Amino acid sequence: MKTRAILAFAAAALVCSAETLVIQNATVWTMGKEGKFVGSVVITDGKIAAVGEKVMVPPGAKVIDATGQHLIPGIIDCHSHIAAEAINEGSVSVSAMVGIEDVVNPEDISIYRALAGGVTTANVLHGSANSIGGKCEVMKMRWGKDAAGLKFEGAIPGIKFALGENPKRAGNVQGGLGGGGNTRIPRYPATRMGVEDVIRTAFTEARNYQKTWKDYNEKKARGEAAVEPERNLTLEPLVEVLEGKRFVHAHCYRADEILMLLRIADDFGFKIRTLQHVLEGYKVAKEIAAHGAGASTFSDWWSYKIEAYDAIPYNAAIMEKKGVLVSLNSDSAELMRHLNTEAAKVMKYGGLSEEEALAMVTINPAKQLAIDNRVGSIETGKDADLVLYDKNPLSNYTKVQKVWIDGNQYFDRDKDVSGRAALAAEKKSLEDKEKEESRRQGPSSRGNGGQPRRPE
Amino acid sequence: MKSISSAAVAATAATVLMAGLAFAEPPGTVAIRNARIVTVSGPIIAKGTVILRNGLIADVGENVQVPADAWVIEGEGLTVYPGLIDGLSTLGLGSATAAAGGRAAGATAAAAPHSNGPEDRPLTTSWLRAADEVKTSDHRLELARNVGFTSAVTFPKKGIFAGEGAVINLGADRDADMVIVPAAGQYITMTTNSFGGGFPSALFGTIAYIRQLYLDAGRYQRVKAQYDANPRGLPRPEYDRALEGVIASPRILLPAENIIQISRMIKFAAELKQKTILYGLDEGYKAADLVKASGLPVLVSLRWPEKPRDGDPDEVESLKTLELRDKAPSTPAVLAKNGILFAFYSDTIDQPRDLFKDVRKAMANGLSATDALKALTINVAEIYGVADRLGSIEKGKIANLVVTSGELLQERPPVKMVFIDGVKYDPAPEAAAPGAGGGRTGGAPSARPQGDIN
Repeated sequence: MKTRAILAFAAAALVCSAETLVIQNATVWTMGKEGKFVGSVVITDGKIAAVGEKVMVPPGAKVIDATGQHLIPGIIDCHSHIAAEAINEGSVSVSAMVGIEDVVNPEDISIYRALAGGVTTANVLHGSANSIGGKCEVMKMRWGKDAAGLKFEGAIPGIKFALGENPKRAGNVQGGLGGGGNTRIPRYPATRMGVEDVIRTAFTEARNYQKTWKDYNEKKARGEAAVEPERNLTLEPLVEVLEGKRFVHAHCYRADEILMLLRIADDFGFKIRTLQHVLEGYKVAKEIAAHGAGASTFSDWWSYKIEAYDAIPYNAAIMEKKGVLVSLNSDSAELMRHLNTEAAKVMKYGGLSEEEALAMVTINPAKQLAIDNRVGSIETGKDADLVLYDKNPLSNYTKVQKVWIDGNQYFDRDKDVSGRAALAAEKKSLEDKEKEESRRQGPSSRGNGGQPRRPE
Repeated sequence: MKSISSAAVAATAATVLMAGLAFAEPPGTVAIRNARIVTVSGPIIAKGTVILRNGLIADVGENVQVPADAWVIEGEGLTVYPGLIDGLSTLGLGSATAAAGGRAAGATAAAAPHSNGPEDRPLTTSWLRAADEVKTSDHRLELARNVGFTSAVTFPKKGIFAGEGAVINLGADRDADMVIVPAAGQYITMTTNSFGGGFPSALFGTIAYIRQLYLDAGRYQRVKAQYDANPRGLPRPEYDRALEGVIASPRILLPAENIIQISRMIKFAAELKQKTILYGLDEGYKAADLVKASGLPVLVSLRWPEKPRDGDPDEVESLKTLELRDKAPSTPAVLAKNGILFAFYSDTIDQPRDLFKDVRKAMANGLSATDALKALTINVAEIYGVADRLGSIEKGKIANLVVTSGELLQERPPVKMVFIDGVKYDPAPEAAAPGAGGGRTGGAPSARPQGDIN
């Protein structure tokens, strides 16, 4: 009976977000200075209004009794490819003109499933088919909103780079479809040297482009005759990188290529914000830390290709201990649903504490994406992006019960389970209706020579 | 009334010959009297007269004097409608080439020269003009006339920037005489290059390319104007036919089938700052608020989603798919209720007579007969800015009419004759093969009068 009462409150919260909600008696993993304790969180206007072992329950607030349950900040996946209708523009070596923002698919069921795994924010990246890929988008998993409604407002935009096997594969005819997707005609580069060359050339062009526009604007300001230069949507994101307005998220594996990329960045005077995958990061952790790049890696995935042979499950822990800001990501719609247990693995491989482990999927990726002023921990003033588990979030047996984003409830396990029968009935009735109609009308008599409706 | 169709059959052989001979004859005067007249622009006239002269509607009303020189058609039991207009088609461009691409959104174009980026202008023929390509010999014109269509907006459909559409009549003596408006809009699809074709290979590449092309077009116009004003000492702007093509278009057509695409394309249209028509709208029933707020007119495909005919019978379809098939035909009713300007188009339905079944389906899902008729006449004209000359029976408009022996919007429309530019065409008998009849039967005073005409 008690759980039913909680459900009723939750349903009300779904409808009205502006009201105040209090989650009481939970084990609160703040991931902030206040650590972990049994207490309460107050949510007002989508923000965390108060956190503590004892808080005042504002009058009129809805109260959820979470005794025995665990509350954590929403999980952040620093590397995802869900909710997009295109991933790779693999036809060219530099595809910076394309962006996830143009192809967001807010109806991708993976969003809902990510929520069911406790993820509230994801960095949705272009693929790794080319040395410089497309623009990325940081999204909140606001299931039910449109494309614009998913966008993490104000997050600094990113761009995908990729080193190694994937971007050079398209240069080899025998390389197959894996990375390029459009590789019947070999596409430069075919080697790691070529990858470096592509990136250096692109930034040289971007510098020239930046200067061309600067010169033009100065001439115009002086009232001199000048011909307007072309806008170049491929180079503009790279100028933003040079100006520190766009983060570089670089797919990489091997230690040598990691150092190569850091050298390019130093030469051109920009920063690599995160190294993605970075499976050999443990070999060059000091250099990564010195550059100030974050590292977003897998827990223990390895050997799935040659450049992943030297991966070790201690990678995350070693980099962390060498002073690198480390997160664990999914790169997969499936893995995304259990990033909490991915985090737990660094306790076994590297001996990190529970909270150090959970930080790798909450506050650390928030810092890497520079959204830690808004999310990543349960602290007063931050967005009320919260996940309620029935058990310790690092346990194999734990299940997500409820998920809030901006104080709005987007997932409720009980409601999901109880709603399935209604959906099945709705489906059945539509199927029956269609069968009945086709029985009445006989076969379709479209005069299209028996072609199926959709040419594709 | 039987005499009309039997006379038409009898006259068929002579007709074919005459059509070839009667070029230079100016259209004469025709009066259809005592007919029911559905003007679309005004109230229905229960019993009235329409006068057609020199290819235009000279007069219409209850008490209209029949001129002495007019051929008179006794309209008792007949209903006169404005000719139907297909809002987006390939009519006149030949079925084999133009229609083969099908619904271009999502379709992949044939191999083109390898493209390395937007500067190679991939999948672009923006300079192609349907007006220059339409042929009276397209056999589908006759199929469309047989069921009451007298005009269409017809487009090249291959590629991302496929080319410039034209508003045409579905019959004339010479190809060029079919053209009413030579620049109706640029047909845009979200096509990608096929395997090995290079950029763009994915949807966001196509979108980025379209964005880049309009940026280039804007600069092209500014730089050319600067050069034309004072060329001395300035580099000569490079001629770019891809940009010339899009600059010449008065509007663009963007594909938007599901609600995600509808929302995406509304945003894109605003960004491109181009006058835009959305086409597709399968999920328009969900998007009334969005579309209304955008103020964009829409073209609704009459090709309602159907269960794939040869699909795997054991395939489990999603609730979403089932819902789409159930609700898509309610889109027109939803749009009408929300006061959104919409029109129908045939999409790749090759047999125009089959369109009526689809129109009926929309009516069964809540669309009124009046709104259905508007979506095939005046609304098309309004969307393309030609409502001053097409789409209703009003004095001074082009004499495009369809005359029936009953309600037009039935599964088998009872079309007795159509007029295009005041010239009469008789429908082919139902059983006849395409091209075997239904030609022009005169309309010029010098032509031999037939049994059904006084």
